[in-house]
Amino acid sequence: MPKPAPHIDILPDVPLRLNRCHEACGPGADAFAFTLAARLNGPVMWISESWTPAQLNPVGYSQYADPAQLLMARTKDQTDTLAVAEEALRAHAVRLVVTELTQPISLLAGRRLQLAAETGQTTALCLIPQGMGSNAADTRWRCTPVFHQADSTQARWEIIKNKAGTLSAWDVRWDEKTRHMLVVPPAGNRPGLADASG
Amino acid sequence: MRPVDGPFALTLHEANTDRIYCLNDPAEGQGLSQGMGLADARAFCPDLQSRPADPAADARFLRILARWAKRYCPWVGLDGRDGLALDITGAAHLYGGEAALLEDLHARLTRAGLQVRSGLADTKGAAWAIAHYARGVAPPGQTRNHIAKLPVPALRLPEDTVTALQRLGLRTVDDILTLPRATLTRRFGTDLLMRLDQALGDQPEEVSPLPDPPSFAAQMSLPEPIGLAADVMAGTERLLAQVCTRLTQQEAGARALLLTLRRVDQASQQVELRLARPLRDAARILPLFERGVSAVDAGFGIDQLRLEATQVERLPARQLSPLHAAHQDKLHDLITRIGSRIGLDNVHRYLPADSHIPERSYTTAVAAYSDPSGAWVTLRPRPIRLFPPEPIAATGHRPPRHFRWRRMSLSTARITGPERIAPEWWLQDDSWRSGLRDYWQVDTRQGRRLWMYHTPQTPGWYVQGEFA
Repeated sequence: MPKPAPHIDILPDVPLRLNRCHEACGPGADAFAFTLAARLNGPVMWISESWTPAQLNPVGYSQYADPAQLLMARTKDQTDTLAVAEEALRAHAVRLVVTELTQPISLLAGRRLQLAAETGQTTALCLIPQGMGSNAADTRWRCTPVFHQADSTQARWEIIKNKAGTLSAWDVRWDEKTRHMLVVPPAGNRPGLADASG
Repeated sequence: MRPVDGPFALTLHEANTDRIYCLNDPAEGQGLSQGMGLADARAFCPDLQSRPADPAADARFLRILARWAKRYCPWVGLDGRDGLALDITGAAHLYGGEAALLEDLHARLTRAGLQVRSGLADTKGAAWAIAHYARGVAPPGQTRNHIAKLPVPALRLPEDTVTALQRLGLRTVDDILTLPRATLTRRFGTDLLMRLDQALGDQPEEVSPLPDPPSFAAQMSLPEPIGLAADVMAGTERLLAQVCTRLTQQEAGARALLLTLRRVDQASQQVELRLARPLRDAARILPLFERGVSAVDAGFGIDQLRLEATQVERLPARQLSPLHAAHQDKLHDLITRIGSRIGLDNVHRYLPADSHIPERSYTTAVAAYSDPSGAWVTLRPRPIRLFPPEPIAATGHRPPRHFRWRRMSLSTARITGPERIAPEWWLQDDSWRSGLRDYWQVDTRQGRRLWMYHTPQTPGWYVQGEFA
């Protein structure tokens, strides 16, 4: 019998396979990457193209994981981004490689990333524009922030592609004390909020 | 600077006054002398031109001259701040004798625009005396005759000893030589006799040559040209072993390496490797060359390889630590390899900075030249993305109920704030020209959580960041 692949619980009881390539899209994808970085708790290589105006704010990142473990690589185009990502995955020197993609990624490129992740025993996460992922990815997540009266970190995480399980969706919020994403029970049967919603 | 015709002097600021450090012949003709105060000198000679001296640059130039002087003999040392001592034992015949050698040296230095005084004798002391107080060559065995008529300072004595000797009426070296040695020692100590003996050769004095600067380069010529990447790598491995041995001896590490491959047609190709950390471990450096070597166009073949460590840093031996070393090494190698593709300057890390201004609350540093340090403090929630401020159409002091941002129609559901941040007036920053900013966290009903600010001094609303 083959050994089960190593995994980590990205959400309580929601396993995510390690050493594979995952994808996240939507306006809340950064928070997904931060959560994964916090869960893996090791050096992170974050690759983005140098022309993108939106900068990662390390002060905001420090609410999730330690910015001292964060390395930023600024590339000139997507070809370089993919090459650097593959290099970083194969080197087995970091725990997580986050790649910001701006263009559709081919099946070949996606498969190369997947193989590199498996060879180098490193987890990869691609932040993709909506609908531009590769079929080689292990899972794909759509993350959207959701308004909530009581909480400012509420989001909805949907798994929209899963090679090793079923599709599902969760309402989540960040717990800064334990540095974990918590699953919020779906609206309706939520204790304590029954009278608030009226 | 142009050469000047009139009196000219270099000055040095010493003991709170400017004193003449060096001067030219016209200035000497006006009665000026070395060590004179500049103010006095100007009183003597109103048209004196002067410049501050640069002793460090002089010392550098003297070292260059010492290297040049190795064309006459391999044994060249520095003598004081303006002299060279050459031990030409066994080398004079190459130039046709001692006088011819001296003539050649004078001719070349004069052509280079330098004024030279020189002396040649059996001992270093006598040569010094002749160079400073006479001219020419003292033939072998004639040293005593040649320096006998020279004044006392020619023996390289301290100033107070010279003054004391002159007060006693001892003006020349000959005067001292005729006195009994015991009385001299009793009166002036052993120093005077030591200098005398050194000048006459009764006591040895060595010329200490300058050490060669360490060179971290190795070269290899091949009888037959090679073209396969594996062969070039094998050659590189041999050169790297030599360079790394030398680095280890000097306790240094290479930061940048340059591999020059000369082809049969005399064209040469270069592979540059910049390392994320100073290294001297051949086994770690070699794989980092693979990418560069595979991109080389070998043409009809390569017949010469040269490897040079172009940038070297000190790398003292360290105690081996089993904990972090291996993992850190891997990370540095990864930075090097990524750097060889996108440039080492494009791999950053963040360092905390002490400022309330959001875009200055951190700095980015090149990962290869920095270490993670400092603690990250967040007093208030901060957005996870920052972008250049994007104006939105709104008025008033509180965030608008409805607004459009990036072609999205958003409505405000909850606001947190304001947090007032004042510009740092001690730094020029064009983006903070608009004055104070009141920052608000705006949670929209559509989900997006934005970081907006209002500038009360020049009314306007902007979005600068986004929360998780």
